[in-house]
Amino acid sequence: MLKILKYSFYDLMRSRWSYVYFAFYLLLGIVLLFLNNDLSKAVITLMNVIIVLVPLIGTIFGVMYYYNSKEFTELLLAQPLKRSSIFLGQYLGVAISLSMSLILGLGIPFVFYGLFKSTAIWDFSLLLITGTFLTFIFTALAFNIALSNENRIKGFGYAILLWLFLAIIYDGLFLMTLIIFEDYPLDKVSLVGTMLNPIDLSRTLILLKLDISALLGYTGAVFKQFFGTNFGLMVSFVALVLWVVLPVSRMTFKSKKKDF
Amino acid sequence: MVSIQDLHKKFGKNEVLSGVNLEIGEGGIFAVLGPNGSGKTTLIKCLLGMVIPNKGTISVLGKNIKHGSNYRYQIDYLPQIANFPSNLKVKELITMIKDLRGNKTTVDEQLISLFKLEPFLDKKLGNLSGGTKQKVNLVLTFMFDSPLIILDEPTSGLDPISLIRLKNLIQAEKEKGKTILITSHIMSFVEEVSDEIVFLLEGKIYFKGSINELKTKTDQPDFEHAIASILTENHA
Repeated sequence: MLKILKYSFYDLMRSRWSYVYFAFYLLLGIVLLFLNNDLSKAVITLMNVIIVLVPLIGTIFGVMYYYNSKEFTELLLAQPLKRSSIFLGQYLGVAISLSMSLILGLGIPFVFYGLFKSTAIWDFSLLLITGTFLTFIFTALAFNIALSNENRIKGFGYAILLWLFLAIIYDGLFLMTLIIFEDYPLDKVSLVGTMLNPIDLSRTLILLKLDISALLGYTGAVFKQFFGTNFGLMVSFVALVLWVVLPVSRMTFKSKKKDF
Repeated sequence: MVSIQDLHKKFGKNEVLSGVNLEIGEGGIFAVLGPNGSGKTTLIKCLLGMVIPNKGTISVLGKNIKHGSNYRYQIDYLPQIANFPSNLKVKELITMIKDLRGNKTTVDEQLISLFKLEPFLDKKLGNLSGGTKQKVNLVLTFMFDSPLIILDEPTSGLDPISLIRLKNLIQAEKEKGKTILITSHIMSFVEEVSDEIVFLLEGKIYFKGSINELKTKTDQPDFEHAIASILTENHA
């Protein structure tokens, strides 16, 4: 698996897209710092961008990489290699290189701005950690979609729909449920609802860490009570890990049964 | 060498292989023939574990292929369409495959000079012509010394001189006692190189034996007509 990871990673590092992605984050970091002129405010703005953009890029890039490396995969399948190591290696190659672009692209401008002397360092680290989680989650989901769809147009379509659903539509539905059932106690429902969507979960985690949960109103208080404690934090990290593990295991399972 | 029992494979509703039984002994050149869509490539891909059969067992060198991927160390495979990652250089691809298989070959340089590939080593695979890609494909296949060689349409895109070199290469491998499995649509090539043929028709083995036996069976004077008569008789 490590050899496949090495070649996938090497292949991606040479491709233009990793640099475009890296340059984009670099520019974003610089512009935000320049405009906000304040580290902790820049972190908040950055959160809004990351929460929406990282999943999108992870999904698109994952699907694109899978379809583009079809020939490479077929070449590898005839070699004495396990199927699971071929796909896991490719998946990790994509996810790690995307995460590296994110961490380096955002990290460099913030470090130069004086991150290490600032109090925002933990907020910023949490931001990067959730960003990395989101990259791993959405790349895994993208690989799942691509493995199940031979037709690339369909694959791309489903990938975009998935992103649209989790990033935008889910929130709408969630809000509507809360409004319709407002006469009932909803704290448990909203907690579970948040756990079921990795984007919402990441957003909530960061907002609470940034201590602006007042923005969340009544449910914010419930959330703070839950997520604010060590237990809540643990549960949400477990949920994020599950969001990585479940799609990855489906991916290895599916790849074992597929015909090439 | 290879033993296949009651192999079934369906793609959706399309039944490609319906109960293939095949024993391939050690040493010699076997040609797998059949009309388009008769399941030649599917059979070979099942053997390589790229296509998962619905039913049946396959063993290579006495080992069931369901148990792990290590049996593929004993197989050299030439895919039908040479699709390579287009942003890799020829040299890089060769080094990569050597690395993935454990780097125990020395004949790659001989093969490169045999097919006159030196000027292309630093070119990207995406920029090569079909025939040159096929030559790279051949180098990748023959550079490992495995007892079973599977060639899926090895002649496609090759110029006459490379074809002669390929034939010599195949004969040389046969003399080392290897088993070689070939599919091809070029009957003259098959007639020239193969010791035995396996004819697939509608997902089953229609005939297995030497070319002379086929000629007697179909009562035709030459190989090409013998094949054609099978096809017309069965309306394929």
